[in-house]
Amino acid sequence: MTNPAGAPVNRRPLFDVLFGASVLAVIGAVVRVVYFTPFEATQGPAQKIYYLHVPAALSAYLALIVAALGSLAYLWLKDERADRMAESGGEVALLFTTVVLITGPLWGKPIWGAWWTWDARITLTLFLWFVTLSYLVLRGAIDEPGMRARYSAVLAVLAALLIPFIHLSVYLFRTLHPMPIVLKPDKPSLPPEMLTTFTISVFAFLFFCSMLIRARYRLSTARASGGADA
Amino acid sequence: MNAPPGLLAASWTIARKDLAIELRTRSAFLSVVVFTLLALVTFFFAWDPTAVSSTDLAPGVLWVTFTFAGLLGLHRSFGAEMQDRAIDALLVSPVDREAIYIGKAFANVVFVSAVLAVAIPAITIFYNLPIARTVAALAPIAFLAAIGLVAVGTLFSAMAVNTRMAELLLPMLSLPFFVPIVLPSAQASAQLLAGRPLAEAMPWLKLLVAFDIVFAVACAVAYPHTLEE
Repeated sequence: MTNPAGAPVNRRPLFDVLFGASVLAVIGAVVRVVYFTPFEATQGPAQKIYYLHVPAALSAYLALIVAALGSLAYLWLKDERADRMAESGGEVALLFTTVVLITGPLWGKPIWGAWWTWDARITLTLFLWFVTLSYLVLRGAIDEPGMRARYSAVLAVLAALLIPFIHLSVYLFRTLHPMPIVLKPDKPSLPPEMLTTFTISVFAFLFFCSMLIRARYRLSTARASGGADA
Repeated sequence: MNAPPGLLAASWTIARKDLAIELRTRSAFLSVVVFTLLALVTFFFAWDPTAVSSTDLAPGVLWVTFTFAGLLGLHRSFGAEMQDRAIDALLVSPVDREAIYIGKAFANVVFVSAVLAVAIPAITIFYNLPIARTVAALAPIAFLAAIGLVAVGTLFSAMAVNTRMAELLLPMLSLPFFVPIVLPSAQASAQLLAGRPLAEAMPWLKLLVAFDIVFAVACAVAYPHTLEE
């Protein structure tokens, strides 16, 4: 596609009002977590990480689902918009998985007494992170757009098949070798204030996550249409 | 004149071609075998033999070594086709594209099994394991592990050779996929070597079989999708 030098491409802004609103929502949620939510009786301040950790995990799942569906759609329709959707989902998923892997140990150290345990769910998250990272490295290692889209879509679909197998392996591994340190407290019912904070936080994160994916998608579109180095 | 060969016949022809090249040069096989022996020996010195018994040590060492040795062999699978763009000739030949994958994968299973046929006796000798029990326990697990490793690795080898930094990309793509191979293999062989009943290792073996079936089919179906229409 030719693009006269300097002429504005038909490009939608990466950061718009909705994006700003999602950032404000996350800031608002964090303020509520820090100042307007009571401490949990036994865990004290450390428990507040929960309001970031779990919403970040849910956001990572959302982004991974976008990446997987985009990849599947690409293999089926060979439409480059699906490839851009997969790319955007993958990149945002890496961000949120990283947040999960950082906030987890921060909570684990004071509560479990260990930064890391080979608990099934933690190990699975770690491998999600690895697979997402290798997906993005693969994308970076191929110059030809068609090949990049085909290869990364195949990898993403296989990765989606892999997740249940890793889950089963690490689950069997842990059950056969129980670790006494794993005492993850159940939270069947949160007190009303905590539940409200948690719900607000989840929605703020999911909103922010969706807006990030949208901005990243628009960036890909701008790059593809010759607008290059945005 | 001749009708194009069927899927299995074509796969077999491609596998025979790869095996013939390997049989005549033996370059990859010998280097992978030497790598495997060196790794088995080196690992032995990484542990204190008085603290960890060699029966406990051996399964982990074997399966980790097997994974890396397999990667070396798999890289050659499509790497060899890059010379003079031999892959283009394969792609224009009148065979189903699945046949290229299946043929390559079959040759790789033979290759990896041959490496294991050296590695298992070697670890039995070096780690002083009971011979009959070790071979009886490890041979079937090795076969199951080889299928899974090759199913995934052959596909990724086909993809990685077309990228920049192919040698680095193949392990990075493959290793997460090898977790459901290494973990069950190591756990099941550790249990069998320790003389535990087969029933205890069954969940692991079932997982391994399920992985083999799912990924053999998925990768054969996926391979044509990596190629241009």
